[in-house]
Amino acid sequence: MTTKARIGVDIGGTFTDGVLELDGRQISLKVLTTHDAPERGLREAIDRLVEEAGLAPSDIGLIVHGTTLATNALIERKGARTALITTEGFRDILEIRGEDRYDHHAIGLRLPEPLVPRSRRHVLVERVSAAGEVLRPLDRDAVEALVPRLVDDGVEAVAVGFLHSYRNDAHEQLVREVLDRRLPGVPVSLSSEVSPEMREYERFSTTCANAYVQPLMMGYLGRLQEGLAAASYDCQLLMMLSSGGLTTVDMSARFPVRLVESGPAGGALFARSVAERAGLAKVLSFDMGGTTAKICMIENGEPQTAHSFEVARIYRFKKGSGLPLRIPVIELVEIGAGGGSIARVDAMGRITVGPDSAGSEPGPACYGRGGTDATVTDADVVLGAIAPEGFAAGTIPVDRAACEAAVADNIGSRLGLDIPMAAYGIREIVDENMTAAARVHAIECGMDASARTMIAFGGAAPLHAGRIAEKLKLDRFIVPVRAGVGSAVGFLLAPLGYEIVRSLHQRLDRMDFDLVGATLGQMEAEARAVVRSAGGGLDDAALTTQRIIHMRYLGQGHQIAVTLPDGPIVAGTVPLLRASFEAEYARLYSRSVPDVDIEVLTWVVKVATPAAPPAAASAAQAEPSAARPVGRRPMFDEARGASVEVPVYERAGLPPGAVVEGPAIISEMETTTLVPAAFVARIGADLVIDCVRKSVRS
Amino acid sequence: MPGVDDIERGVAVGDQLTKIRMQVMWDRLISVVEEQAQTLIRTSFSPTVREAGDLSAGVFDLEGRMLAQAVTGTPGHVNSMAVAIAPFLAEFPLETMRPGDAYITNDPWLVSGHLHDITVVTPAFLGDRPVAFLASTIHVVDIGGRGMGPDGAQVYEEGFYIPVMYLARGGEMNDDLLRLLRANTREPAQVEGDVFSACAAGEEGARRLVAMMEEFAITSIAGLASHIIDSSRSAMAAQIASMKRGRYRHEVTGDGYDAPVTIAATLDVGEDGITADFAGTSGASKFGINVVYNYTAAYVTFAIKCAVAPDLPNNYGSMLPIRTVAPEGSILNAQKPSPVAARHVIGHMVPDALFGCLHQVVAEGMPAESSMMWNPMLRGLRHVDGRALPWEYYSFHSGGMGGTPGADGLSATVFPGGVKVVPIEVAETVAPIRYRRKEFRPDSGGAGRYRGGLGQVIEIESATGDPFEIQAMFDRIAHPALGREGGGDGAPGALRTSEGRRLRGKGLQGIEGSDVLVMELPGGGGFGAPADRDPAALAEDLAEGRVSREAAERDYPEALARLEREGRKA
Repeated sequence: MTTKARIGVDIGGTFTDGVLELDGRQISLKVLTTHDAPERGLREAIDRLVEEAGLAPSDIGLIVHGTTLATNALIERKGARTALITTEGFRDILEIRGEDRYDHHAIGLRLPEPLVPRSRRHVLVERVSAAGEVLRPLDRDAVEALVPRLVDDGVEAVAVGFLHSYRNDAHEQLVREVLDRRLPGVPVSLSSEVSPEMREYERFSTTCANAYVQPLMMGYLGRLQEGLAAASYDCQLLMMLSSGGLTTVDMSARFPVRLVESGPAGGALFARSVAERAGLAKVLSFDMGGTTAKICMIENGEPQTAHSFEVARIYRFKKGSGLPLRIPVIELVEIGAGGGSIARVDAMGRITVGPDSAGSEPGPACYGRGGTDATVTDADVVLGAIAPEGFAAGTIPVDRAACEAAVADNIGSRLGLDIPMAAYGIREIVDENMTAAARVHAIECGMDASARTMIAFGGAAPLHAGRIAEKLKLDRFIVPVRAGVGSAVGFLLAPLGYEIVRSLHQRLDRMDFDLVGATLGQMEAEARAVVRSAGGGLDDAALTTQRIIHMRYLGQGHQIAVTLPDGPIVAGTVPLLRASFEAEYARLYSRSVPDVDIEVLTWVVKVATPAAPPAAASAAQAEPSAARPVGRRPMFDEARGASVEVPVYERAGLPPGAVVEGPAIISEMETTTLVPAAFVARIGADLVIDCVRKSVRS
Repeated sequence: MPGVDDIERGVAVGDQLTKIRMQVMWDRLISVVEEQAQTLIRTSFSPTVREAGDLSAGVFDLEGRMLAQAVTGTPGHVNSMAVAIAPFLAEFPLETMRPGDAYITNDPWLVSGHLHDITVVTPAFLGDRPVAFLASTIHVVDIGGRGMGPDGAQVYEEGFYIPVMYLARGGEMNDDLLRLLRANTREPAQVEGDVFSACAAGEEGARRLVAMMEEFAITSIAGLASHIIDSSRSAMAAQIASMKRGRYRHEVTGDGYDAPVTIAATLDVGEDGITADFAGTSGASKFGINVVYNYTAAYVTFAIKCAVAPDLPNNYGSMLPIRTVAPEGSILNAQKPSPVAARHVIGHMVPDALFGCLHQVVAEGMPAESSMMWNPMLRGLRHVDGRALPWEYYSFHSGGMGGTPGADGLSATVFPGGVKVVPIEVAETVAPIRYRRKEFRPDSGGAGRYRGGLGQVIEIESATGDPFEIQAMFDRIAHPALGREGGGDGAPGALRTSEGRRLRGKGLQGIEGSDVLVMELPGGGGFGAPADRDPAALAEDLAEGRVSREAAERDYPEALARLEREGRKA
């Protein structure tokens, strides 16, 4: 055998998904997540994959792993007993936040509890200015004097956050030097390393989150590595980052907060790969499961990225109700819209859907497990979108009576709507919610949601993709295969990469080229060292560097990303940067602003192995052939107010090139794709279901 | 497929489907204004807009009735912008409007109460016919005059006054106006940039609205507007109908500028709505803390929504059952040319006054009084290459909120305004100042079964050793936030320097380069008798340093005794 197999494993809240890839072929499976010791479920998934593939552990060349463990620790507040050491006079930054309320009218508003209580927030005399000069030096003895208090308190992890440490980290380094010596075994997180960016609350919050999950993640990763080694898996283990890159176990143990959104990041990489293989430049990735939907914009093969994220929101996924993290992430919007989302009628006679979900117990009414709420899945059953014989080819039966009763009682009777019309209302509203989220998210990213191809995956997405495509005026949507384990597949597609973000304020018209050059050089060296070691001693020449700066007009609050040209930044680069910025600004906001200076605030260096070139799609463009339905079933047509017979196709029986005219239903084990009347579907390369608006079909 | 126009033309095609379509379009309008607000935040220049979110965005029908409003924004703007369109329609009748038009004003009496708030209105056109209006209000960082502060004696001293006029005509910007604007502000680039940004946001909103009309094949939003307004009005009316009818009175008193100001509120809960009447309220002040009627009405609507219908969307219909009456010439209905720049100082007391009334009628009760926002406006000169350049810095800080009927008040959290603080590291980068301290103020929360939120202590000094000035507009120094149902009062605020000089709560004052400005922000009032405080909650307050041992002995002897008894047992 010439190549070794690779395995991707994604530990989610309910399932642990695994994918094994060998010579371009994949097998996948799902096992239940073992919450008490997640490494057990992971091992089960890996062992079964290896067995099913007829391989031995020694045939595995690489395991890529992503987990929600850190996220769950933050949500459930089950992390370490953490202390924060900060600048004297600023003990409460973590709890004062932005002084704002995320809901103006809620009198009984609750705020997220800080990860570190006041009694565990300690201050030291020290101060650095905005320019990085030391105004008050830090006294080593004062740090020493703090140690007994930390010991007495039983502190398990320490976060250090001083004002302006992103400009000068000497004081934070000194604290670590003392604590490493005096408190061996207690991990220390420095804000200047975890998140070297301006804005103290967000930086301290990120640093505390890192410290809070660090002992847990170090323990987990250690046990995992030992277990794998003992079972003769002597291959490398890499961890999926929220940014879509991969890193070593050592770096993960140092910066576990960077792992929080690895599952959704894997999903975005999965969509990216589908886009690349299909040759699509502008893509909207749409992942809809049981409780939430996630939407991500992908442009020219790159998912949108951001440097901030909010974890553990405590109120209806509402922005501001969680803990801010400033880490590189794949930027996506997540809203409470999934198959289990509950529909109700509000005081104004409007249908509302979500964000709360019926979960899996009792689940939607149609599961027949006693659920009486009307959910999105119930609406899909009533309308005929989901097969009456049940889910997963009839292995989970549908209780149609319970389902109709739920829709009638909760929606229909209150609004004077017939049962199918009430179900149609639920669908329309949840689809409208997701459409609105996609639009507003696009604006927040400085993009347009329209003129894109949607890639739909996750159990519920193919049922809703068509309608959302219509609402967003998209001409095309694609349902790939293996959509149910998309994140784990995505893990195997991730490049080895590391990203460093730093604040350095520069005016374009008076840039300090020496300082800029030194800073960029240092950032690149640091990032390269991480990637080289993750790649097991990769050659420097095998790595690519991308440098991005975030610019804005002087005084603006939001920044626009511009890629730096290769080579040193010199006076001659400035007009180029100004032109790139103004062109981008005008493109986004239809006009540029005259006579205003431009400033650079954030500098990003990304080092990665080159992304694997898109493999040739699995099947050449096959000749179109008319597909044959396996049956018909009634689906509700809102314009007629009655059901019409719609042909049903089995996905497994559709060969490449098969053409299915909408309206049609294409069913498979894990999901159902609805092809709207205005679309025609064709089985394309890689066996994707490729749906194109009839009016634009060539 | 039948369009909704068919219904508007009176052709009944599937009433059920129409119902659902109406709701989808309503949801779409809310998304349109949210996109408008996000565009505004992304493109604006003033920290007040981009960092603090001091803005609003809304969509209106051709009669000027507000149909939807972005949730982003602060209540003072949100609700006062609701009436902003009428004066524009009076000046520019529909038939004179052309695609590419945009209109502007900052008249305090027409929109939101001070010259710093600029409102831009953009008509949306379907073909060559206007079909709706998009409006946004933004708080710009400087509008000239004396600067943002309460010292003016007339509105004419408070800055550049823009009557209702063209900002753009057929796509051409009104360059004469922009030149005047630039010449009349200390921050020409930021302010002009913000006006461009409001213009771009309006255009974006208009594009989205027209796209929606095309998608649903409608040529007018009149039917949709009636649907939104009728459903919202009846939902608000139903909420009010569930309240006990009657008249409820309450008074609150604040420091004022040179004399205490009393807000006397009478809330009349009637058959078809609520009327807030402010008869008996203090007369207009000689200084710029006066409130125009719109701003008063905005906070009346806000307070009542908080109490009875927090989840109802803001629009013309949901506001209809709420009426505001304020005597002309009172501080809550000040007449031109009264000075109004710092109108929020008094306007923010309106919800506390109404909460006192509502507490008598809302079953679960209303929170104790809150501390009010302390937003220091700092300015000075910075010496660069031998030249003295002016700088200004403005942030929004807050003390504690009142304890509520079920929980402690939030510490250092803004109420009733809805803005965010500027981060210290950002502030120190943009202005030559340095924070020495910004921390909770222990023992400042009013004692109670549910403690008032803590205020904070903020110390600021010059980073260069040059003197600087503060425009103070802070209340609750002589009149603390009062407790409710036996709860204690929050600690009053204090303004001084570290060298011990006492500063006035209102007005422009100088700070020496060697001295430090000290602001002790007030705490919120407590709710319920301190004797009923859960000993575990007191224990946590003691452990966390929110309440000192001495204060616990003084304010919570019962809970402390129980704590110690149980501690001995353990």
